[in-house]
Amino acid sequence: MASEVILPKVDMDMATGKISKWFFSEGDTVRKGDVLFEIETDKAAMEIDAPADGILRDVKGGEGVDIPVGAAVAWIYGEGEAYTGAASPAPAALEAAPAPAAASPKAPSATVSAPGAQDGAVRATPLARRLARDNGIDLSGLAGSGPHGRVVAIDVTSAMTTAPVPVAVASTGPAAAAIPDAVRAPNDALKHFAEGSYELQPHSSMRRTIARRLVEAKSTVPHFYLTVDCRLDALMKLRAELNASAPIADGIASYKLSVNDMVIKAYALALAATPEANVSWTEEQLVRHRFVDIGVAVSVPGGLITPIVRQAQAKSLSAISNEMKDLAARAKAGRLKPEEYQGGTAAVSNLGMFGVRQFAAIINPPHATILAVGAGERRPVVDDTGELAVATVMSVTLSTDHRAVDGALGAELVGKLRAFIENPMSMLV
Amino acid sequence: MNAPVRELSYSQAIKEAMAIAMENDERVVLMGEDIGVYGGAFQVTGDLVERFGTDRVMDTPISELGGAGVAVGAAVTGLRPIFEFQFSDFAALAMEQIVNQAAKMRYMLGGAVSVPLVMRFPAGSGTGAAAQHSQSLEAWLGHVPGLKVIQPATPHDVKGMLLAAVADPDPVMIFEHKLLYKMKGPVPEGHYTVPLDKADVRRQGRDVTIVATSIMVHKALEAAGQLAAEGIEAEVVDLRSIRPIDGETIIASVKKTTRLICVYEGVKTLGVGAEISALIAESEAFDYLDAPIVRLGGSETPIPYNPELEKAAVPQVPDILAASRDLVRGAR
Repeated sequence: MASEVILPKVDMDMATGKISKWFFSEGDTVRKGDVLFEIETDKAAMEIDAPADGILRDVKGGEGVDIPVGAAVAWIYGEGEAYTGAASPAPAALEAAPAPAAASPKAPSATVSAPGAQDGAVRATPLARRLARDNGIDLSGLAGSGPHGRVVAIDVTSAMTTAPVPVAVASTGPAAAAIPDAVRAPNDALKHFAEGSYELQPHSSMRRTIARRLVEAKSTVPHFYLTVDCRLDALMKLRAELNASAPIADGIASYKLSVNDMVIKAYALALAATPEANVSWTEEQLVRHRFVDIGVAVSVPGGLITPIVRQAQAKSLSAISNEMKDLAARAKAGRLKPEEYQGGTAAVSNLGMFGVRQFAAIINPPHATILAVGAGERRPVVDDTGELAVATVMSVTLSTDHRAVDGALGAELVGKLRAFIENPMSMLV
Repeated sequence: MNAPVRELSYSQAIKEAMAIAMENDERVVLMGEDIGVYGGAFQVTGDLVERFGTDRVMDTPISELGGAGVAVGAAVTGLRPIFEFQFSDFAALAMEQIVNQAAKMRYMLGGAVSVPLVMRFPAGSGTGAAAQHSQSLEAWLGHVPGLKVIQPATPHDVKGMLLAAVADPDPVMIFEHKLLYKMKGPVPEGHYTVPLDKADVRRQGRDVTIVATSIMVHKALEAAGQLAAEGIEAEVVDLRSIRPIDGETIIASVKKTTRLICVYEGVKTLGVGAEISALIAESEAFDYLDAPIVRLGGSETPIPYNPELEKAAVPQVPDILAASRDLVRGAR
């Protein structure tokens, strides 16, 4: 029996994905475990293996097209198994955008109809079918959030509460309903602008995820902010000394610490020394983390992502530095695995390299805090003797989830952070 | 007029029901192997022989075919026998009497006679009794029109259903899970009956219906308690009878929760869960299903002797937890 090759769910909130590259084509012989194609989600690229041995047939998941999770993108026929050609015309919607057959005036070409079996039938539960029938909703226009892209009741009920937007991917479960109308129905905003004065850019799935998560975070997490100034001179001096003494192998220094690497370490140590603040809020209970896993915001084309330095409190500066270089490079290439950017207990976001003096960041749940790091700059300061002096100073702002961490505790945390930064040798012992 | 309620074990409740039936009706007699002086393989009849004498508590020879035949004949000719098998597995030896005689006689004789017979079957695994003494064969008998087949799960129900069975004009097969015998629960004093054709919703819930039989009811309830802590509200339906099946109660529950798990100890394939699944698929509840139906049944093997393998061969609480989470969270 031929095996179905589906677009798998590789990320928790994934409703659709794009195949960025096929490594085999129609009629090729594939072996189970061969990398069949590469899929690109809103966060990362992943390689998908062939589920069986045989001949690849009916390849219909076009490269670069948004495909619902669970949709069949190809079939693998056993050696010698009769193949009578595509059982039915391959759904044109799964083909690449400019295919003339897909040029329906209503459906944007980059979306596809609901996933289905090879005969083009929609996969939906009986309840979803009944709800759709009773409410005049076209199941083929919905992206299923169930296993194998199955349309379940909640997909239909959320489609009922959403404006009749033809873009199916906008309505994937309860999260979509939580997005304010301004975000969900952009067409309302268009009336304020003269026709021809703009062009429309479709949202990438990463943009949608960022929008959804930040709206959720900023509207449900009660933020408060604590800003302190840190004298940076000692840290800059130590950094220069450490970098100058880095062992050289094959003409390459074994590490090159950045200020940000040292801030990550300092923040991890501060959290380890303030375990009451290394927590996550949930409705049921407070999650007290044993380790400090720091998410570090990395800007990538089209958005940002926060790869995580696990157990940063226990890692040396050089280990953190080299790990960050690897994570950042792979983040920019879209090659992080989900477990490398999901979770974490706190985060660091640094805009200092852009000359930003100070800013306040939005907490990324399940984190309870995020540290916004500004630029180290030469500023006049009053030193211990009351004299005016010039020093390198860096402002940092801690955003804190007030449900989990109160003001005094946040102040203690940020004070410990400053102590590590101003006495950087203490990070080495 | 509520009778006082005490805690009794499942086997004490059975014994009490038999004693009440015998006191109320002199036609009620007990038959079975070693149920007299020995008190029964699981000590259920206990000292009833001392109270009622050997004319009414009769040891039968080690021949299930013979004993069951005597019981069927006694029922047809005016007595109301309660026949005990030592193990339900030995029903295999008595199939002719049960399936071809007891179940058919009223029909074959145009209603001229009825067969007011009760048969008790100690059933199920968990006692280290190995493959020939641990089976759950209720589905075999559930396949035969003319029989009623029940699986009470609590001391309260087994007493009330046994008294209802004795009063019933047709043969009633009672499958008693051996691990239930020592389980205690509230039991009213005196005579009362529990209907032979009604399931019981043991716990209300909105997210998933768990239809369970016999000892699986208790495992389902334990799982439901843990699931509630995770925010999953499981509804537990104690089927109580597999012939007839109370479709009305199951259908109403599935319409409410939109998801169904069947948990039973008998071998999964062609078992009670298959019947319930089909019943739902054929009913109006089909249009309310928001996930595939899940069956958790015994494995497709003889029951192993090794205690760990024995446990692994039948559904356990973690299996119910995993299936419920998967269903409710949309993973299957």
